[in-house]
Amino acid sequence: MITMKIHTEKGSRKVAIKIDEEYYQLLGQIQAADFVLVELTLYLDTHPSDEQALNQFNQYAQYSKQLKRQFESCYGPLLQYGNNTVPIGPGWEWKQSPWPWQV
Amino acid sequence: MWVYEKKLQYPVKVSQCNPTLARYLIEQYGGADGELAAALRYLNQRYTIPDKVIGLLTDIGTEEFAHLEMIATMIYKLTKDATPQQLRDAGLGDHYVNHDSALYYQNASGVPFTAAYIQAKGDPIADLYEDIAAEEKARATYQWLIDISDDPDINDSLRFLREREIVHSLRFREAVEILKEERDRQKIF
Repeated sequence: MITMKIHTEKGSRKVAIKIDEEYYQLLGQIQAADFVLVELTLYLDTHPSDEQALNQFNQYAQYSKQLKRQFESCYGPLLQYGNNTVPIGPGWEWKQSPWPWQV
Repeated sequence: MWVYEKKLQYPVKVSQCNPTLARYLIEQYGGADGELAAALRYLNQRYTIPDKVIGLLTDIGTEEFAHLEMIATMIYKLTKDATPQQLRDAGLGDHYVNHDSALYYQNASGVPFTAAYIQAKGDPIADLYEDIAAEEKARATYQWLIDISDDPDINDSLRFLREREIVHSLRFREAVEILKEERDRQKIF
């Protein structure tokens, strides 16, 4: 288990994002769900009338959002420019480490 | 515009500090058949490609940036703890004196990236055939990297990237057929 503590000022309190086993597990689930979405996106680009693939896409889009809500509530925002699924704060958590190449 | 996601497309784990392997992987960072060339090629060609395949070029081009980030992560993790002596022993002494441990868009031999690696012909079939060839060349490069690599964790990520090249190639081949069908339909009417 790798534990990385990242300190940020939130008012007068210091908080830490704990990079634990659960972080990697949840991140892995998101990567798997989003991979389905990438793969279906490219497939639908050349097979736009495949309704079954389209249904699967919509289903996984919901599932991915659900996983991201769970992740973002524990570890901070995953998505930029207001596309986060959980409100940011207190404090501007977006700029907080870790970045993808640091974990 | 683009929206950044604070995650890699696929996990990148590194077994140990290995600047020699990082030096080889730079080929896919700033080399002729690398991820930067791929992303820039597709995202540039899309402005003059028929509407039917703009979506595909946009989406594959975008995915290439996710692959570029994976390659960057591999190189970063393989070199971040290396001493100047270790970099020198790995043949990265030239790189070190110019860039320290910073990443630089160059190929495995240290040749800087150039736009001359990519083409935009304005002819949809010519452009898509180049894209298919680019994917096949990248797939071959990933195979050679897997063959030369001694890091099982890196190989797992490299196998993922190799498979993506195969899927991209397939989708581009389908795009060619879509355009040929459209062209033939226009001849009939």
